[in-house]
Amino acid sequence: MKHKAFFLFVLPSSVAMLLFIFFPIISVVVQSFYVSHEQVIVTVENCGPFGCKQATAIDQEATAALREAEPLGKFAGLATYRDRNHLAVDAVGSAWEKADNWRDFGAQMLNLPFYKALGFTLTFTFVVTPLVIIFGFVIAVAVNSAASAIRGPLIFFSLLPMMITPLIGSLILFWMVDARGIIGSALQYLAGNPDLSVKASTPLMWIMLMVYGVWHAAPFAFIVYYAGLQTVNKDTLEASRIDGANRWEQIRYVIIPHLLPLTTFIALMQLMDNFRVFEPIVSFAANAHATSLSWAIYNDLGGETRQLSSAAATSVLTIIGVAILLSPVLVRTWRDFGRK
Amino acid sequence: MSDITKKRPPAVQILIFGVLALWMILAAFPFLWTLWGSFKVEGDFFSKADWFYALSGTLTQNETGSSFTADGYEGAWIKEEFWRAALNSVLVCIFVVTISLTFGTLGGYALARSTYRYAFWFLIAALIFRAMPPITLVSGYLPVFFGWNLWGHLATCIIVLVAINQPFTLWMLHSFFKNIPQDLDESAMVDGCTRFQAFRHVIIPVMWPGVITTGLFSFLLAYNDFAVTAMILSKENQTMVPKIASFLGTTQTKGNVMFAVAAVVSATAPLFVMVMVFQRQIVSGLTAGAVKG
Repeated sequence: MKHKAFFLFVLPSSVAMLLFIFFPIISVVVQSFYVSHEQVIVTVENCGPFGCKQATAIDQEATAALREAEPLGKFAGLATYRDRNHLAVDAVGSAWEKADNWRDFGAQMLNLPFYKALGFTLTFTFVVTPLVIIFGFVIAVAVNSAASAIRGPLIFFSLLPMMITPLIGSLILFWMVDARGIIGSALQYLAGNPDLSVKASTPLMWIMLMVYGVWHAAPFAFIVYYAGLQTVNKDTLEASRIDGANRWEQIRYVIIPHLLPLTTFIALMQLMDNFRVFEPIVSFAANAHATSLSWAIYNDLGGETRQLSSAAATSVLTIIGVAILLSPVLVRTWRDFGRK
Repeated sequence: MSDITKKRPPAVQILIFGVLALWMILAAFPFLWTLWGSFKVEGDFFSKADWFYALSGTLTQNETGSSFTADGYEGAWIKEEFWRAALNSVLVCIFVVTISLTFGTLGGYALARSTYRYAFWFLIAALIFRAMPPITLVSGYLPVFFGWNLWGHLATCIIVLVAINQPFTLWMLHSFFKNIPQDLDESAMVDGCTRFQAFRHVIIPVMWPGVITTGLFSFLLAYNDFAVTAMILSKENQTMVPKIASFLGTTQTKGNVMFAVAAVVSATAPLFVMVMVFQRQIVSGLTAGAVKG
């Protein structure tokens, strides 16, 4: 294809991506180095019948003018990154000095908002991703062995947890695990503790969020593996059986190696998606127990005071996190491309 | 694999059946339970006394005189004006899908046909953009949207969702166009068509299966989005998902959590229908990227 034709064809999507993905990233990076202007304070003298008093007041006009003149705010360098809500350099330093052991240090770190969010996000990502792969594989093998007449309905119901809006799917589960809901009551009965409440317990909340994560994403792994199973070479399977491989050995030495490239694909997609975990925390109202990086940004942006700089700094740190997660894939692609 | 089925020992058969039964319960039961519960009053849906009330609707019977009630739906759709959010969702979805597909087919076609290095790097850049959590971009939009008075409008939301959709749409359509033989449009060009004419008259008639599949996923992204719609739409322009989230703040205190339950069921129904009708396309779309590597 000629350069000019190519350029014209990709123009609309390139413009859309440049304007609404690339420039915002740049703008977020720039914004994170600035903080908003403080209000301009003036001292005024109020003179009444009982003498004069000094009072401070906010000079609205001057504040507005200053904000108008420098809409980005005041340059602050890395100050936002270093403050207590982000990397908390000072707090980490003092925790490191004071803490007697790793456990203590870890506990103190988890009190800092950014590390609390990072801790949950990473735990969620690295617990949910392998579980999704395992469950997806098990379901795919089971569905593949079912009679072909019922496979259609099986696939239909399997797709539902993934197709559902994440916010809605997690709400549905949340209502069921409510202390008055069906799963919540069942848990109370099983634990023999009528006061057991998932909402009140941090470990249970973490577990619930991860259960939701697996429930939501397992169908994706299932569908991909199921499609992969349709392309397993029957002759190889037949040969392994003649050589005396039992059922498990057939799976272990024929099917799993065949599905390995798909596993890379699923793992990549799942790492990207789980790292942005966000909606279930809103639905479960879990923020007292678990926050994620995306939730931290949402929290900064919402509400009365929109803390743009703080949100921008967290966004940049999140993007760095995504880059680290993606780097093995990018390095591999680079090498593959170099070989071609 | 019918020959294997015959030889399967009963223990394995039972294991497979167990796995499937358990998974079906996990996958389908929450939806059925919520659908059933949405026709009850709060005292039954969240039953303090006895969980069986949720099935029998004892309190619903006492309060409304029948064991099913549509009060939740009435409250959500009429009193809380959920119809407005539904209308906004319809508008957003129609425009996002149409624009995404128009941009995406043009771009995806070019990426599939170009043999130059930059096409490859274009796709890699799109992959990196795909990995960005949308909420990180939102903090970049807000100052500009406030400054230029773009915040809160449906049109802004639509164009943002189109852009966020593009990387995925490009990847998917690119792999579909790769499967359409190159000879097809090249022979048209030998016959004197320009590149665009070849695209218009030769490729467009054969590309619909891929476009429909990609359209489904664009629709899902627009329909399911919460991060972007919650942050850049004003209260009157909210789509369904942020509207449901806002119910949680207001209705929990008023004791009308059933509005939210009814709204959740209403928002899920179109997805059900979509999965039922387009199951084949969804499965092929999910596996398109993977099986080819």
